[in-house]
Amino acid sequence: MIKSRSAKFNDYLIAALCLLLIFIALLPILNVLARSLSSSDALIRNEVLLWPKGWNLDAYKTVLQDSKYTWSLGWTAILTVICTVLSMTITILCAYPLIYDQLKGRKIINGFIVLTMYFSAGTIPNYLLLKSLNMLDKPIVLIVPNMLSIFNMIILRSFFYGIPESLRESAEIDGAGPIRTLIRIYLPLSASVLATLSLFYAVGRWNGFSDALMYMSKNRKYYPIQLLLYQILQNTTQIEVATQEGFFPPGISETLKMATVMFATVPIVLVYPWLQRYFISGVTIGAIKG
Amino acid sequence: MQDSRQLRRNANMNYLRRYWTLYLLLALPVAFIIIFRYFPMAYILSAFKVNNILKAPWELPWAKNHGFEWFIKAFQNRDFLFALRNTVTLNLLDLLLGFPAPILLALLLNELTFKRFKRVTQTIVYLPHFLSWIIISGLALRLLAFNDGLVNIVLQRIGLDPIPFLNSPGHWVGSYVFLGIWKEAGWNTIIYLAAITSINPELYEAAAVDGANRLRRIWHVTLPGLRPTIIVLLIMSLGRILGSEFDRPFALSNRLVTSVSNVISIFVYEYGIKGMQFSLSNAVGLFQSVIGLFFLIGANSLAKRYGERGIW
Repeated sequence: MIKSRSAKFNDYLIAALCLLLIFIALLPILNVLARSLSSSDALIRNEVLLWPKGWNLDAYKTVLQDSKYTWSLGWTAILTVICTVLSMTITILCAYPLIYDQLKGRKIINGFIVLTMYFSAGTIPNYLLLKSLNMLDKPIVLIVPNMLSIFNMIILRSFFYGIPESLRESAEIDGAGPIRTLIRIYLPLSASVLATLSLFYAVGRWNGFSDALMYMSKNRKYYPIQLLLYQILQNTTQIEVATQEGFFPPGISETLKMATVMFATVPIVLVYPWLQRYFISGVTIGAIKG
Repeated sequence: MQDSRQLRRNANMNYLRRYWTLYLLLALPVAFIIIFRYFPMAYILSAFKVNNILKAPWELPWAKNHGFEWFIKAFQNRDFLFALRNTVTLNLLDLLLGFPAPILLALLLNELTFKRFKRVTQTIVYLPHFLSWIIISGLALRLLAFNDGLVNIVLQRIGLDPIPFLNSPGHWVGSYVFLGIWKEAGWNTIIYLAAITSINPELYEAAAVDGANRLRRIWHVTLPGLRPTIIVLLIMSLGRILGSEFDRPFALSNRLVTSVSNVISIFVYEYGIKGMQFSLSNAVGLFQSVIGLFFLIGANSLAKRYGERGIW
């Protein structure tokens, strides 16, 4: 179809609008990046907008030399890996049996599990339970209580449903039990959705904040990066507390704060674009079957 | 008679021999659900008992007024009434301004004809979804700072007065809603874009033959194609009208704007976990989840009545 001149003009107009949106999406990040790379003098004179002035990496060096900060980054990375592996395991264990028509009591088990997505006990009951289990202020409280996301389980189950049942039946005729069928057939065919859900779990843990704030407040050593970042960003009194406790040398500067924000941002920015192809299908399945 | 019973028992044995491993696989997830999702429900009881930070609720005597003491106290508590108002206000604004944003964005992206550029645009608008509210509050505090934030520097350079985006209650609400759109609008287009691809292309051709221009095609073909998706997502948002996120208001808030930023989840945290008033904050949380559940059920049956697919 040959486009008229006005249709072509409209194409460019739409592209220009999208450019504007890209700019808005990136603006806050570019601003902070520029500030983190600038000299303090340039910041005080309000000269820095989107391009650094007085270019230097001092803030990043200071952050990397601060053992409390690097420890928190490393700990959060380890925590993220542990949580992702455990969460994926339990999600697969939950989703797979539920696709078997032969499973007796499937409907009841399914309802029992999915109900908790619509009605949860709430913040205080969860807190009281963890308290009585003696899990508060221990690192395990960041791992176990949110190990299984029902929403992610439903996405995986829907994906498993999409795998032809004939494959399963022929495996059974060949004498494979359910576990072997899962490992040999279902998991290899689900690589894309498994990658998506791993991304969701990993991002959730890396960004997780409220559970640490509520359940871990007394155990500073195991603060995940977001809670540490929150304290750094908060008002001066809290910064002074952090300084006194040795998080930063006295006189924490603006560029340092910006550098810490960038450190928490960069890992995600590096990972998610590679998985884009996959997570789009994951989100779409979730929406259909939500 | 004897035979058929025997047969059935054999069938059961065969069934178990074949599929017992499925129950084994389910054991861990089901144990998890029971311990970390159902056990806490026992502690809901503390909303009806006297407040005690040491004993379990089932060991305690009932609260006054037939156990409803804390619900009455909650509705006499100014902080709670403010939190309730703020929760509903912020959610309504999100619904009004935040809900249409991804639809408009998806329509725009769908009209973008340069394939490569479209892909890059999508990647970039998905990015904010992956940032935590703590990071976003760090970015926003900088960008929107009153004295030396980028936006206010630019405003002052073109001769306007600086705006206290995060430091005055009215402006804070605007920033809260805008940042919500900034974070999620791009991500939420995914569902709409997927729904658009399932629209029959012949409809567009027919519309083009009839001489419909771009806007008319969007209005008469794309939007009607999106209708079921829009309705399902709208129901889900309506069901969450009394729900409250924690990270978002908590991270963006500061002491100048608590009158508009304190929502129910923050109230529960401040009174319950920090202030140890478990019974009161638990009553508030229970009120919130029960009313929220009713909203969800109501919205769902409403959708079904109008002939749309509900969420269950």
